Amino acid sequence: MSRHAPAGPLLFSGSDWNFQTLSHAYDVIEAVAKEELGLDIYPVQMEVISSEQMLDAYSSIGMPLMYRHWSFGKHFLHQELLYRKGGRGLAYELVINSDPCIVYLMEENTMALQALVTAHAALGHNHFFKNNYLFRQWTDADTILGYLDFAKGFIARCEERHGLAAVEAILDAAHALMEQGVFRYRRPPKLSSGRQRDELRERLDYEERSYNDLWRTLPRPADGSKADEIEQAVAERKKALNLPEENLLYFLEKNSLILEPWQREILRIVRVIAQYFYPQRQTQVMNEGCATFVHYTVMNALFDRGRIGEGAMLEILRNHSNVVFQPGFDDPRYSGINPYALGLDMMLDIRRIATEPTAEDRDWFPDMAGAGDWRGILLDAWANHRDESFIRQYLSPALIRKWRMFLLSDTANERSYGVASIHNERGYERIRSGLARRYDIGASPVDIQVVDVDLLGQRHLRLQHKVNDGILLEGGSCDATLRHIQMLWGYEVSLEGVDARSGATLYERSSRDVAC
Amino acid sequence: MPIFIDRRLNPKDKSLGNRQRFLRRVRAELKRAIQEQIRSGRIADADREHAVSLPASGTSEPHFREAKDSGRREHVLPGNRHFIAGDRVPKPGEAAGTGTSPGMEDSEDDFRFVLSREEVLDLFFEDLELPDMVKLTLKEILAYKPRRAGYSVSGSPTNISVARTMRNSHGRRIALGRPKREEIEAILRELARLEADEGKAPDKALRIGALRAELDRLERRRRIIAFVDPVDIRFNRFETLPQPNANAVMFCLMDVSGSMGEREKDLAKRFFVLLHLFLKRRYERTDLVFIRHTHTAQEVDEETFFHSPQSGGTVVSTALEEMKRIVARRYPSREWNIYAAQASDGDNLAADSEHCLKLLRSDIMPLCQYFAYVEIIDERESEIFGATDNGTSLWRAYREVKQSWPNFDMTRIAKAADIYPVFRQLFARQPAQRRG
Repeated sequence: MSRHAPAGPLLFSGSDWNFQTLSHAYDVIEAVAKEELGLDIYPVQMEVISSEQMLDAYSSIGMPLMYRHWSFGKHFLHQELLYRKGGRGLAYELVINSDPCIVYLMEENTMALQALVTAHAALGHNHFFKNNYLFRQWTDADTILGYLDFAKGFIARCEERHGLAAVEAILDAAHALMEQGVFRYRRPPKLSSGRQRDELRERLDYEERSYNDLWRTLPRPADGSKADEIEQAVAERKKALNLPEENLLYFLEKNSLILEPWQREILRIVRVIAQYFYPQRQTQVMNEGCATFVHYTVMNALFDRGRIGEGAMLEILRNHSNVVFQPGFDDPRYSGINPYALGLDMMLDIRRIATEPTAEDRDWFPDMAGAGDWRGILLDAWANHRDESFIRQYLSPALIRKWRMFLLSDTANERSYGVASIHNERGYERIRSGLARRYDIGASPVDIQVVDVDLLGQRHLRLQHKVNDGILLEGGSCDATLRHIQMLWGYEVSLEGVDARSGATLYERSSRDVAC
Repeated sequence: MPIFIDRRLNPKDKSLGNRQRFLRRVRAELKRAIQEQIRSGRIADADREHAVSLPASGTSEPHFREAKDSGRREHVLPGNRHFIAGDRVPKPGEAAGTGTSPGMEDSEDDFRFVLSREEVLDLFFEDLELPDMVKLTLKEILAYKPRRAGYSVSGSPTNISVARTMRNSHGRRIALGRPKREEIEAILRELARLEADEGKAPDKALRIGALRAELDRLERRRRIIAFVDPVDIRFNRFETLPQPNANAVMFCLMDVSGSMGEREKDLAKRFFVLLHLFLKRRYERTDLVFIRHTHTAQEVDEETFFHSPQSGGTVVSTALEEMKRIVARRYPSREWNIYAAQASDGDNLAADSEHCLKLLRSDIMPLCQYFAYVEIIDERESEIFGATDNGTSLWRAYREVKQSWPNFDMTRIAKAADIYPVFRQLFARQPAQRRG
């Protein structure tokens, strides 16, 4: 359709860029993206950095500001080594979910690459950050940089006041629990005190109304009452502490008996950062897919309108195909499913289903097939899904065939894998749900919860690990992590592995057995 | 229109603090690695960048992690070629678990990275107990000094040479005939006199007109020919010259008879490395000569010097003779600063010590800038000998040399921290020489 649009002058020629060209290219790209896809974005702030600065940014988990910790130094050395050896190229861009959206461009990029990156990050990622429900619900884009600034300053002050070693010990322990430091589900809103009073009155009313003097005359069971009372005490205790609690860092921050206020604040900082990254980890395929789809569409539209030269387009296509390269499982280059490739293919597939559906598509996606409005469907998907639900809903049999996906079942003590399903009529459903489950963040980090603690007695902290599908924890790192928890809690900590299905106790570890 | 910020000029080493924290954390391990490398490497390479590899232990970041060898999982993989449902695929070997085993995290254990020269030296100095000033001077790379090197037509305004500039300006003004202020003033005076004159000289008006024209011409010329023109300006030119350095040769003498074990050799090596560092900083070119001896002496390469054992008696003077011979042949003392470092466990043939004494006094000490002798002794012995002047015959002979030659130094060392005192004089002399 846009092929008939009047051809404008080229946006740029040659590989050199300057700020004027960048700015002009951005304006055109933004206009095209809004026109073609109807994107809705935060204002953009572009920052040009050198490759060393990109390495710096890598080592502090991609944030422009970060407190100091040795582990970042370690990651930096590692990344630097890979980069210097040529084992890994650097990303062309980094984008920060903030308002305004900050995009880092590498100075080494050619102009064609800068245009590609602008479409990818400044529009694609930006739109996703602004519109996806997870980001809207869980992160405050406008405050994250301010918060990081505070965190950096706070930790630096703590280091001055309490010494590097003391701060490092807390940070080490907190980092160990980062995965268990997020709220996975939204908390119920706190009742206002007025509502609480009302509820109390209602309960009393109900008791009065249902009072029957006869109950008093019933004989009490002699031994059962004792057990009952203990059980009740436990229940009450759990209720007071809001147990079970899945966010270990939160629990320790609020309830540990030995931490100083600054130590609690450090736990809180680590927890807030973990929470900030939580939606990003749930939307890898969608986020990258969205950005890739946007740059793919916008760059092609620009080329069709004659705004990009053929040479530049070739360069863009080459980079694009590198990014969405997906080798087969038996290829030596295979290192898992490429989220860029999967995301882009699924979104292109949605467009295909909406515009040129086959009979099979009409069967599988009756709402969508032939609807024509692929933009609307995509915008809706970007706004309202995470990876798991997106795949569960939109992965089509056609795509499964195209990728020749198969499902492998892997039981630890068997000597071989079993091929459970392949890309055929019987396999589609299983492959789809199997892939979706892989992206289900609820299933992937280890599910560990605080189940009980007796604050008045032994102060023994009990954790419970829900063992899914018999997948246990690695001994060494588990013990080391328990030691970290004990350091934060100050008293005995034990971890009990309970099979999620049968409820049977599989193992039990206590910090007492793990020499400190 | 987005906001653009150019961050390329921001400071680069944003993660330097993190690097330092990491190095501190793995300090013990790094130190071991560096000592190991210095022990096995060449003396001259001690102060280079070193690549070290660290095992993952001590730098691991534990967290709850799923054990790979338990439970049941399902993987979805792309690129099926010929499998159908129900096929069995053998698992790859335990070790080579790549390829078909998905979810492999790239492990960061046992990775190598490069330590800078500074960091290497810090680790090397750690248990030598050097005073901080000495550490600083050793780490300092060759110093450059600005030196006047004539004049140039470009430079920074602070370097303008006023005298030279004014001289050029003066010459140009003379050559181009810039009117002087006195000439103009003379005409002005003349004009004033004429105008004040009441007389009716016939050519008065004419005269005034001519004078005014002349005044105009002169003023215009003054404006055209500037007082100081850009072409006059000269700048003082400076060149950065390295501090004058000469050549130095360092003789390493060591007893390699059976009584010198690994510990002794290691201490000796550190002693040599330290002296070499010092020389390297002061001299542009530093040669190393290795002479080992038992009852005979020979010049060898570094590898043989430290690592190949030899058996035999101990006659120290043979090494001194060899050194004397090499100096005479290759390092004339006019052109070379000669330094010698000798390490021994103090054993010597009784009659030979006298001979050594004679050799040192008459031949070697006059040639040498500095002669350092270390006697490597047992930790237990150090308590007995430490304070007294008793000792082996060699020790007693050398003590006499020390009395008459200020550039001779000797000490007994039992541990690394004892090495530095030998050099104290060498380093202490440094500032005095600089001032001179």
